[in-house]
Amino acid sequence: MAINSKIPDGAVESKWEDYKSHVKLVNPANKRSLEIIVIGTGLAGASAAATLGELGYKVKAFCFQDSPRRAHSIAAQGGINAAKNYQNDGDSTYRLFYDTVKGGDYRSREANVYRLAEVSANIIDQCVAQGVPFAREYGGMLSNRSFGGVQVQRTFYAAGQTGQQLLLGAYSALERQVALGTVRMYSRHEMLEIVKIDGKARGIIARNLITGELERHFGHAVLLCSGGYGNVFFLSTNAMGSNVTAAWKAHKQGAFFANPCYTQIHPTCIPVSGDHQSKLTLMSESLRNDGRIWVPKKQNDTRKPNDIPQEERDYYLERRYPAFGNLVPRDVASRAAKERCDAGYGVGSSKQAVYLDYASAIERYGHIEANKHGIGNASHDEIVRLGKEVVKEKYGNLFDMYEKITGENPYNVPMRIYPAVHYTMGGLWVDYELMTSVPGLYALGEANFSDHGANRLGASALMQGLADGYFVIPYTIGNYLADEIRTKAIPTDHQAFVDAENSVRNRLETLMNIKGTKSVDHFHKALGKIMWDKCGMARNAEGLQSAIVEIRALREEFWKGVRIPGELNEFNPELEKAGRVADFLELGELMCNDALNRNESCGGHFREESQTEEGEALRRDEEFSYVAAWEFKDGKSWELHKEHLTFESVKLAQRSYK
Amino acid sequence: MEHKDLSLKLKVWRQKNSKDNGHFESYDVKGISTEMSFLEMFDVLNERLINEGQEPIAFDHDCREGICGMCSMYINGRPHGPWHGTTTCQLHMRAFKDGDTIVVEPWRAGAFPVIKDLTVDRSALDRIIQSGGYISVNTGNAQDANSLPIPKQDADKSFAAATCIGCGACVAACKNSSAMLFLSAKVAQFAYLPQGQAERETRVIDMVEQMDKEGFGSCTNTGACEAECPKEISISNIAALNKDYTLAKLKAEN
Repeated sequence: MAINSKIPDGAVESKWEDYKSHVKLVNPANKRSLEIIVIGTGLAGASAAATLGELGYKVKAFCFQDSPRRAHSIAAQGGINAAKNYQNDGDSTYRLFYDTVKGGDYRSREANVYRLAEVSANIIDQCVAQGVPFAREYGGMLSNRSFGGVQVQRTFYAAGQTGQQLLLGAYSALERQVALGTVRMYSRHEMLEIVKIDGKARGIIARNLITGELERHFGHAVLLCSGGYGNVFFLSTNAMGSNVTAAWKAHKQGAFFANPCYTQIHPTCIPVSGDHQSKLTLMSESLRNDGRIWVPKKQNDTRKPNDIPQEERDYYLERRYPAFGNLVPRDVASRAAKERCDAGYGVGSSKQAVYLDYASAIERYGHIEANKHGIGNASHDEIVRLGKEVVKEKYGNLFDMYEKITGENPYNVPMRIYPAVHYTMGGLWVDYELMTSVPGLYALGEANFSDHGANRLGASALMQGLADGYFVIPYTIGNYLADEIRTKAIPTDHQAFVDAENSVRNRLETLMNIKGTKSVDHFHKALGKIMWDKCGMARNAEGLQSAIVEIRALREEFWKGVRIPGELNEFNPELEKAGRVADFLELGELMCNDALNRNESCGGHFREESQTEEGEALRRDEEFSYVAAWEFKDGKSWELHKEHLTFESVKLAQRSYK
Repeated sequence: MEHKDLSLKLKVWRQKNSKDNGHFESYDVKGISTEMSFLEMFDVLNERLINEGQEPIAFDHDCREGICGMCSMYINGRPHGPWHGTTTCQLHMRAFKDGDTIVVEPWRAGAFPVIKDLTVDRSALDRIIQSGGYISVNTGNAQDANSLPIPKQDADKSFAAATCIGCGACVAACKNSSAMLFLSAKVAQFAYLPQGQAERETRVIDMVEQMDKEGFGSCTNTGACEAECPKEISISNIAALNKDYTLAKLKAEN
């Protein structure tokens, strides 16, 4: 099957306008008889379900949590980018587009990214209209801050909980449609299979997680808004329930999986404290605006951080990247931290951590405040007190969270941070219309691959989720559904539904009947360790090859030895986890294959074989300027399809933040 | 960070399903690091129960960062346990001493039926939002975001109310099982904003009506909700709601 990305003709600036002017429309009467299934209710899913409901489609939305408001978009802290240029600092749609393509290390699709930058401003307008309480200045205007990898202030935020406020906005819009009857909400339901009829996606099999009952649902189209797959590493900043299952079922039904090896390892997370660790917690990247990152100049220095004098500290990001300093993109900052720790300069009991220090920011803000209040001869203590107040106002909730988890007060002692898996740029392959390689099956938000290339810039995930849901899919889905107005709802006693349900039931029964000796978590942790060691921040051919062998062996062991307590037809969280881990055990192998195939370094994917003399990532555009889209074949292997990336507006260059 | 290991006695509510009566079960746990979160202690216990061939304890949790609102344990008589302004997932074992007995129950409220063990059904809170917890604006209708200046003080107050995570701790803490703090937080978020004015009166009336329909109790201003709220939502939101409700009712009846 050939790949057709359906990118409209014309200059990149006019593609989306032209597309919208010529795309097929569905009249309101026909919309009422067209049914759409939405899987997942994070930013992409909730905004899509609400907007499609407003347009008059019949929507069914599904989430595995107890309420759509719990989706993990809620945990995003820092902010959302938009090319509003409210700060008059030279921002524009083109600059946001350019920064995103460059930040993604030239591995994203230009046309999609331009559209993203274009609709970014509409998102802010929409959210404000919904009552999202963004941070504001005293004059009543919206406030902005800067974020890693760019030199303008275009990030809108709501303290350190921007994701929460945006999701609650989308959730409110969704619940309004539920009340109006255009959307039916199915909470505590998990999608376990895509139903295809005549090659098109026509519905799903879902499990009611309270009763264990399997349900059949028809849709003229199915939207996967099910998030990323970072939990393949067991430890990540994802929620405990975040999983690849919906996307993986789609993949096995013919949807190509693109760039699965592109994983974002976020530089500022709280380090692992022990074997009991169940997840990792992010400290927002916005902390790098004011915090300075350092390690001791001496190896294995055991002194307390505040006892180490300035001249014995290595502010390694400022030293290596003077132009961007502490604000380099995430992939660069993460690798630099790993490099220092591997070289023996790490801090804390595990030595797998670096310091993020607020002392100089506190002094700087303290001086400003003292001047503001006309205190000419403020004492040092007074300045520190004033400075702490400012830092508290800006980052208070993050500092509190750090203290709860570590028991240390970051106002007085530098925080310890280390990189952790945070986001997956890879995902289901989609064309310009967000349709996967299965007709009628779409992927939105983190579940697709298209906008972030090999590295996502801060504050861009929220932008993409809402762009896809509010402003892209409502147009592009019409182009497909306009040809479906004669398709009557297909009854769910159709053989395809019966077969799909049977295959789901067989798999669940097989899992329950293994009755082995080891818990699901045992296998999940073992998989996570293989992935982190061999497909993590640095990868090489030898490690990846051995990882593939190890994952296959682990998978075999899982299907012989996992123990799932409880019953099939009841609320059974262990059974839910088992199904998800079984899918991760297959995905892990594909990720290693993809990483092995991509013998270059780009963005979050660092192949040790491909680096400059200074140890920076070295891209190989001649050979690898393509999207790797993997097709699942014969129930066991994959075929690689290449979508070649052409850059008409942006000139390819080796990224430099020096 | 220094840490030590604790030995503890847990008394945990076990209930097979909504029809079962339920009972307390005791478990001795050892080697619990003070660096663990409360839920990680449950992970350790569940791993042991699975290895011993017993059924693990079902509990709700997801983000484990204190923001999704899914975790919901009633610990030693307090929703989310002993730390002020903290969800169960952010509660760490440093809060306890070696040898402590810890009693863990689900949220107790008529409007929150138990699903299994410590898991309850909180869909009533979604239905309260459905009754009016939004601004009716379709996608695409919005004007430029800066065309509507909002004084920082109002935006900050709105934000403070909007940080509610919908966990239901306020209901669990209240002797009447009232959802007033949850409801008032949503009403106040919009009441402080110019965008929220158009539906201000209908919103408060409809949402209060829905709360009553769901079987939540009345508010008697005891203040337990505010004391236990993991996001420190202020009870002054309830006072503001009462004012809005009274005015709206008076106008509606004229």
